[in-house]
Amino acid sequence: MTPIVSIWPLAAILVSLLGALPIILSDRQPNLRESWTILIALVKLTIVVALLPGVLHGGGYVFTIAEVLPGVPIELRVDALGMIFALVASCLWLFTSIYSIGYMRALDEHAQTRYFASFAVAISATLGVAFAGNLLTMYLFYEVLSLSTYPLVTHEQTAEARASGRKYLTYILGTSIGLALPAMLMTYAAAGTLDFTVGGILAGKASPELLALLLVLFLFGFAKAGLMPFHGWLPAAMVAPTPVSSFLHGVAVVKAGVFAIFRVIFHILGPETLQTANLGVIITTIASVTLLIASLVALTQDSLKRRLAYSTIGQLSYMVLGAGMLSATGMLGGVLHLAMHAFGKITLFFCAGAIYVASKKKYISQMDGLGRRMPITYLAFFLGSLSIIGMPPMGGFISKWYLLIGAIEGHQLLLIAVLLTSSLLNAAYFLPIVYRGFFAASPEGGEEGFKEAPLLCIVPLSLTALASLTMFFYPDVFIKLIRLALGAG
Amino acid sequence: MSATNLHLFVLVVPLLSAFAVNLLGRSSKQWIAPLVLGSLAFSVIGSLVTLARVVAHGTLRYTVGNWQPPFGIELVVDPLSALMMVLIAVVAFLASFSSLKSVEQELPGRESFFFTLYLILIAGLFGLVLTGDAFNLYVLLEITSITTYGLIAMGRGRAALSSFNYIIMGSIGACFYLLGIGYIYILTGTLNMADIARILPTLNAPVATATAIAFVLVGLWIKMAFFPLHSWLPNAYSHAPTGAGTMVAPLMTKVTVYLMVRVIITMYTPALVFPHAWITNSAVWAAALAIVCGSMLALGQKDLRRMLTYIIIAEVGYMVGGIFLANANGLTGSILHIVNDALMTLCLFLVVASIIYRQGTVSMVSMQGIFHRMPFTMAAFTLGAFAMIGVPPTCGFFSKWYLILGGIDAGHWEFVIALVFSSLVNALLFFRVIELAFFGSLGDGQHHEHTASERHEAPWWMLKPLVLTAALLIVVGLSTGPLVNNVIRLMIPIGF
Repeated sequence: MTPIVSIWPLAAILVSLLGALPIILSDRQPNLRESWTILIALVKLTIVVALLPGVLHGGGYVFTIAEVLPGVPIELRVDALGMIFALVASCLWLFTSIYSIGYMRALDEHAQTRYFASFAVAISATLGVAFAGNLLTMYLFYEVLSLSTYPLVTHEQTAEARASGRKYLTYILGTSIGLALPAMLMTYAAAGTLDFTVGGILAGKASPELLALLLVLFLFGFAKAGLMPFHGWLPAAMVAPTPVSSFLHGVAVVKAGVFAIFRVIFHILGPETLQTANLGVIITTIASVTLLIASLVALTQDSLKRRLAYSTIGQLSYMVLGAGMLSATGMLGGVLHLAMHAFGKITLFFCAGAIYVASKKKYISQMDGLGRRMPITYLAFFLGSLSIIGMPPMGGFISKWYLLIGAIEGHQLLLIAVLLTSSLLNAAYFLPIVYRGFFAASPEGGEEGFKEAPLLCIVPLSLTALASLTMFFYPDVFIKLIRLALGAG
Repeated sequence: MSATNLHLFVLVVPLLSAFAVNLLGRSSKQWIAPLVLGSLAFSVIGSLVTLARVVAHGTLRYTVGNWQPPFGIELVVDPLSALMMVLIAVVAFLASFSSLKSVEQELPGRESFFFTLYLILIAGLFGLVLTGDAFNLYVLLEITSITTYGLIAMGRGRAALSSFNYIIMGSIGACFYLLGIGYIYILTGTLNMADIARILPTLNAPVATATAIAFVLVGLWIKMAFFPLHSWLPNAYSHAPTGAGTMVAPLMTKVTVYLMVRVIITMYTPALVFPHAWITNSAVWAAALAIVCGSMLALGQKDLRRMLTYIIIAEVGYMVGGIFLANANGLTGSILHIVNDALMTLCLFLVVASIIYRQGTVSMVSMQGIFHRMPFTMAAFTLGAFAMIGVPPTCGFFSKWYLILGGIDAGHWEFVIALVFSSLVNALLFFRVIELAFFGSLGDGQHHEHTASERHEAPWWMLKPLVLTAALLIVVGLSTGPLVNNVIRLMIPIGF
């Protein structure tokens, strides 16, 4: 079915971009400013959900912003793959907005207006990445996302924040300009188009050597996906306020990287073309190595947020690994993990922030017995970890299940071993935190009694944990969308 | 005023106001601003109308005093020169607001002299893009150069010495150009570009024609500060009065690049230049070197304005290289980059002027924490920086796109690598400044005290054109498609 021309995809992006203006103008009235943030988040989610039926019926929507280059307009197109990312991002942004208010006010952070305005631009860029109709448009929004998150990463304006911001830009901007941009131009020179097309645009137009080169350039060029050795920015970026880490470095930014890699594999290079040239092994090798090393490093981290960051690096590689299997089940599992991991990981980050707000503790070694004081937070943390580890009854189980089936179907014994080992490692770095929280003795002189974070922090993290649970029982919408995206109908 | 030769008035009005400024401005300063702004506003409107007319009806020709070529002087407005007219008019108009303020502060009592030269320079630039005569081009090139020498010499400190250095280099360049034109005149017996283009291919004198073009090109390369002939530029542009820099830096090198395009595609036709592989290959390699060296030299600068002057040198490499890639994408990219780079440079030099107006210097040290003092100026700076780095949808991205594509088409990978390298270095250069401006000093280890200084934004008179310029970077970027299809494509020679 042909897509319908519609301005709504643009509206979904612009609502938060223009929303940055009233936020800036209400600088001196925090309540009004935060009302704007919530209102924008609601409107955005409504628009995205309203676009869902059209996509499910196979049509989708298209809107051309400007004809800039021959054959490559700046164009938005809402298709099934983009819809998945947009749904996850806009839904979690609403939760993050509520959570941010609780977090930022409880800590009485400075420059909150800049914070909320940058956040609004970042979510616009995220939806732009999701709804981009071709590689150029996606690159555009990808860069806007990198730049708009810089003030968020460096929010604290300390020497450490400054160093992290520098590292962040060096990795993200350096790879996108140095690797992804030339790859995009070489693709354009070979194919004459950059439109996302099911099955890819390079079939029969590029030699296996060129394909391999492009693949590597794209995999590392979209460094937001955190594939080693271009992962170092993510732990460094943890210096940002926790809502930023949870939404941007648990969901939007990192998944924009993975999403970009999905787009390239599915809709630019094409799974069958890659299969013919036998290049899937490049993807799975890089992903497996990253996955195992990241999980091992996560074990050694004492800072809770840094442990979560390394866990994120590992989980992102699951998604890339799934796509790299190039089989229907493997790719399904990879994309599904994008959604499942988002809900699980954001819960964990929210919990880390809640712990910091309530007790000012950042290090796992200080958190003995804390679960007894913050039972709701710790319960949510437990559910979130189960989802990431991939245990029922949490959403993460389903995606990891498909990944495993994909590996078994492809008779890739090594990948099966990698997946199982990594799940064990995941359990090894998450479950002790929960165990020590509930059962270890509190440190001497520690306070006892019930002390949770503010309600505006607790409610969002409970909701995302519950959503993660719900997705175990109702993953159908996402699975239907993924099958559509992969051209299986 | 006859509507058919409106383009002539675009040139004449600023020229006549130059005299008016000189006469009236001596007695009362009040005359200067209305005359400068009024005449340039007229030029903006006139050039826009001309561009619309040329795009709709094709090339306009006008013979001054009704003397027919090859004896008379011919003015030719094709889409490219109309585009350049708009560019010059818009950039000069936007820059003049800022210049008026800076000159009032830096050169009190000498405003009338300054703006006399300023307007003659602008009129000269219009003349350069209008003329269809190779010798007139030389005369106008000298008019613009001499006025620029004068403007630069009005600066403080070592400005006179820098200007003198520029005079020597500029004169050598002019000699080269004149020698080349001399050869061509001996060969063809005419100075009209269209006639030269008609006669040269019939001569069958490849060595002589190649020698002539080599002289012309070297002359222009000196004038545009093409690496390694660039040494005069950083001093001249950074010691010039601020008010001169805002207009000269965006326009002079870009108009000279335009002249090179004009000489190659109109006077010589590409078929006579590009088959000489030794010319094209060495030019592309020199361009790649210019880009790399310009970027590297910019890294070493401790003053924002000097850093920008080295970036200009790298950007000249972009444009020269693009032309000598000898394919449609490269040429499109170069012409597009003339427009884009003029706007980006204008944006950044307006920022420099605003900051100098407020704090007297743009040394890196003085930029600490300036985001808090001048948030709008720095927001515009950030946008200009993104354009220089080549972040879409700012205009800088799209010309770079065409240039890189041209490099891939031509198989000149050294040029592709240089362009990507320069984008990366630009990112490094500008984020270093942005970081300084955003964080302020951290030496004392105390944070959260950086906002001690009060907000002290540039005057509206300087800020409004700056914000407009910054907005133009995005507007022009998004209009790349129409701009290429309706204007630039008309100039790409057939068979490319």
